[in-house]
Amino acid sequence: MAYNLKENVMKEDRLAGGHRMCAGCGSPIAVRTVLRALNPEDHAVVCSATSCLEVSTFMYPYTAWKDSFIHNAFENAGATISGVETAYKAMKKRGKLDETWKFIAFGGDGGTYDIGFQSLSGAMERGHDMVYVCYDNEAYMNTGIQRSSSTPHFADTTTTPAGSVVPGKLQQKKNLTKIMVAHGVPYVAQTTFIGNFKDITEKAHKAIYTPGAAFLNVMAPCPRGWRYPSEKLMEVTKAAVETCVWPLYEVIEGKYILSYKPKEKKPVEEYLKMQGRFAHMFKPGNEWMIEQVQKEVDRNWEELLKLCEL
Amino acid sequence: MGIRERLSGNEAVAYAMKQINPDVMGAFPITPSTEIPQYFSTYVDNGEVDTEFIAVESEHSAMSTCIGAEAAGCRAISATSSCGLCYMTEMLYVAASDRLPITLAVSCRALSGPININNDHSDAMGVRDCGWLMLFAETNQEAYDNYLQAMRIGEAVSLPIMICQDGFITSHAIENIELVETEKVKEFVGEYKPQHFLLNKDEPMAVGAYATPVYYMEAKRQQAQAMMDAKEVIKKVGAEFAAMTGREYGLIEKYMMDDAEEAIIIIGSSAGTAKEAIQNLRAQGKKVGLIKIRSFRPFPAEDIAEALKNVKAFAAMDKDDSFNAHCGPIFAETAAALYAAGISAPKGINYIYGLGGRDVRVESIEHVFAELEKVAATGETGETYRYLDVRE
Repeated sequence: MAYNLKENVMKEDRLAGGHRMCAGCGSPIAVRTVLRALNPEDHAVVCSATSCLEVSTFMYPYTAWKDSFIHNAFENAGATISGVETAYKAMKKRGKLDETWKFIAFGGDGGTYDIGFQSLSGAMERGHDMVYVCYDNEAYMNTGIQRSSSTPHFADTTTTPAGSVVPGKLQQKKNLTKIMVAHGVPYVAQTTFIGNFKDITEKAHKAIYTPGAAFLNVMAPCPRGWRYPSEKLMEVTKAAVETCVWPLYEVIEGKYILSYKPKEKKPVEEYLKMQGRFAHMFKPGNEWMIEQVQKEVDRNWEELLKLCEL
Repeated sequence: MGIRERLSGNEAVAYAMKQINPDVMGAFPITPSTEIPQYFSTYVDNGEVDTEFIAVESEHSAMSTCIGAEAAGCRAISATSSCGLCYMTEMLYVAASDRLPITLAVSCRALSGPININNDHSDAMGVRDCGWLMLFAETNQEAYDNYLQAMRIGEAVSLPIMICQDGFITSHAIENIELVETEKVKEFVGEYKPQHFLLNKDEPMAVGAYATPVYYMEAKRQQAQAMMDAKEVIKKVGAEFAAMTGREYGLIEKYMMDDAEEAIIIIGSSAGTAKEAIQNLRAQGKKVGLIKIRSFRPFPAEDIAEALKNVKAFAAMDKDDSFNAHCGPIFAETAAALYAAGISAPKGINYIYGLGGRDVRVESIEHVFAELEKVAATGETGETYRYLDVRE
């Protein structure tokens, strides 16, 4: 059935309103959209790594999660959900349940690219029937905007402050999506919030209903860490896609498929200038930083086009 | 009647696991507990159990998968040693706080560094305040018997439980053992029927909340209550086990304590060595005895105080050190137990012994009793914090 935004948003939300996440944050949007991709009749167990998302949605005695939910620790959402999924297999085998359950883990980039990387890699390699969704906001936002391996080059964070000697983060962003592809899992995709949410919704549905382990990397901006006005969230994600900073693609059984190719690739300035974390790059004398980022984006984009055989 | 066999401690525990046929095992190899998941994988791959085995990439993930599986509504088990237990420590606290009765077999081993694969109790004692029930075994038979009782105890109070034995000394040594028939085991252990669980289509459940200062302390108080309640449960399950097998288990075992004037308090396999020493000394007319701690968590404070109240001198034997320039954990908790009971007459000293597999001989224990005899005779303890059989 063709995607229809109106019909999609009529589905009941599986993350209730009234949670404590910030206005203009990408994380709960990613969660609600991914959960909406579940067939309404299917049960789910959702796991969250320790993160803004977890502490803001499950503060005792309240929970915003309508599905069964488990939070364990910061670095082990992959292992935890794989334990739940294995329990499902065990109970099904022993005739203790017969309904269909799906297993979805959410982690921020800190809990996914960094401290939770081993646990995630183990879960992917073992091939549990699960989806791991990284809501990537490119720093440790819950503890107050410290750099992660997902933080982009030159970004100003509280552990890579743009100083008079060191101009922000000195390293490029780790390409986790490709690392997940290297695990040989059947479905990996990179997405964000664009237009009518067709891209993320369809990818989430594929990720959930592809048997085996799947990984979804969702760019989910943080207004406090990235320093953009809350209402500009969708403009930031759009600029990330139009400049090819965050390309939309999926990898099905190892085959790369580009989801969207901008008619005219925009210069990176258009994305960088919207965000306070890159403000220092626009000071006179720092033009080289923007040029450097442009080179890196171009290189990654060309590589991706080759992988997609375009 | 039971089945007579010859098994190592690791195989005995793996065999108990096979008889119980739990739902999920998540485990990672580490010496000396490696054999347990090895034996168990063989049972899985030969269809002798239908447990789902998760060969995880670390001990941290082993305990994380167990937490996920147990919360989902399953019986989940694991096995580990030493640094592996350290590595899962963070998750041990979560398992206890989530009130998940996971069963963990521990073949105790020294901690790095220096790196060492042999037995002491540094690993288990290092996690003694995580909120887990902890039973220790002297022999292979006890390791097996404790394992069969573990789930009954843990599930009754909703706390996870560690079944500890001494690495290599019992884990790898083969001893005669009497196994319980599998049908009897299944009947004794029973089915796991959690009240609330994740995979319940009629009632969604949320596990692992963020608790502010308004609620955190009540959660901890409930854990404390469960640990207190566990004392009676351990005794009750032990009595039922005795009715089935004739082998009796309580919180402690008293050996020649009725008229003892000097006693040692000890845990694990060295109790066997100590019993030999006590027999020798008794033959010489010396009134010596032993208290073996089976349940370290909950700590049998009342039972120990009661057993020690009439002795003149005792030595608490710690197979690890707290590095507090003062004493090991058994001495500290024994002293606290006596103080809480208002008993001040017995003189106590502490020995740190057997670290990193340092051999504990009958003569070593006889030396401890010789020292205790001096303490009893003079009423002077001298230095209370002592290392046994060490080059100074």
